Amino acid sequence: MAANGDNQTVSEYIVHHLTNLTYGKLPEGFEREDGTVVSAGGQWTLAHGPNEMSVMGFNAVHVDSMLWSVGLGLIFCWLFRRVAVQASADTPSGWINFVEMVVEFVDGTVKDTFHGRNPLIAPLALTIFVWVFMMNLMDLIPVDLIPHTLMLVGVDYQKIVPSTDPNITMGMAIGVFVLMLFYSIKVKGFGFVKELTLNPFNHPLFIPVNLFMEVVGLLAKPFSLGLRLFGNMYAGEMIFILIAALFSVGIFWMLPAALLQVGWAIFHILVITLQAFIFMVLTIVYLSMAHEDH
Amino acid sequence: MNINLTLIGQLIAFVAFVAFCMRFVWPPIMAAMLERQNKIADGLAAADRAGHDLEIAQQQVAEQLTEAKKEAAVIVEAANKRAQAVVEEAKQAATAEADRVKTAASAEIEQERARAQEQLMSQVSALALAGAEKVLGAEIDADKHADILKTLSADNG
Repeated sequence: MAANGDNQTVSEYIVHHLTNLTYGKLPEGFEREDGTVVSAGGQWTLAHGPNEMSVMGFNAVHVDSMLWSVGLGLIFCWLFRRVAVQASADTPSGWINFVEMVVEFVDGTVKDTFHGRNPLIAPLALTIFVWVFMMNLMDLIPVDLIPHTLMLVGVDYQKIVPSTDPNITMGMAIGVFVLMLFYSIKVKGFGFVKELTLNPFNHPLFIPVNLFMEVVGLLAKPFSLGLRLFGNMYAGEMIFILIAALFSVGIFWMLPAALLQVGWAIFHILVITLQAFIFMVLTIVYLSMAHEDH
Repeated sequence: MNINLTLIGQLIAFVAFVAFCMRFVWPPIMAAMLERQNKIADGLAAADRAGHDLEIAQQQVAEQLTEAKKEAAVIVEAANKRAQAVVEEAKQAATAEADRVKTAASAEIEQERARAQEQLMSQVSALALAGAEKVLGAEIDADKHADILKTLSADNG
């Protein structure tokens, strides 16, 4: 797992691994790395280097994160849809059995936490759990395998773990947040406003204080949801990269680095499962809170 | 680590996958699992019922067996009684027959005896007549003396 360029430093290697393949809009008049100047009206293109990426700002898409994330989501849909088609009251076997086990586990968790009646919560929890788990699972693929292979065919950057991209985790967290707001208003109606203004100090004078505290608490939820997953996965990925960087230090580091890599991967099996589970449980808890009157 | 359009893309993908799961994945799997659950529950209930039925059948069998045994005992007893009665009857009949035979025999004997006595008497009277003839040396008219002889024999009888 040597670094790709011979003259690449360890820090370059690490930064390279943490850079997404970005497709975005360069502003008019920007001088690119190869010396060309972007023509009028801007230009949509693949970014070369971190400078172009930062210039692109919000008008960019992380192609790698998007493709891996959607691809894994499609795999999830395909695998589970196959079971949904085949499932019958007869004796289940093999993959059907496994899927039913997962479904039953998710169903149990939802029933433990969420006491209302909402046909969305359980499928939502299942999708989150399996999808996040699969995105996290990409972390266990050796860090250099896919980026380096793709580099050989001309793709500069490749980050294969979508959940190490805050856009991905926050995208899901915002989805959950929108659902929270929707169900809060749908279930409680005006009670939701009261909850925001008359809690915890039930007095008209305290409405601004209450509102401030409650809104902060409310907004903290999607951030805690999305950034927790991102932080954990990013840190895990970082450690994989650091261990991988050890290989380039010297021949004597080969064996310890390999052992560390294996050890961290084994430990990481626990982490990725746990993080997927936490994301799912928090989603259920937040939506359950959205349904319950205090 | 830039926040960009990926966020929106992921949000859309998220909504799409959840919608797909909610519509095409979750309900059929849950329905199949529920159906299987019911099937298993039914099977267990049926097994329970079968066990219960077996118990009842066994009880019935035991009851019928006891009843049959009782009946058999009654029948044997009746048979014994009947046999005794038959033996008793036979005994009585035999005794009666024996009595009858005995009576008949004794009557016959009596008759025989009477006849022999009569015969003997008549012979004795003849002998006595002959002796008296001899002794008297005269003929005795049997017809004349018949009533004497009759008296005699009646006396000796």
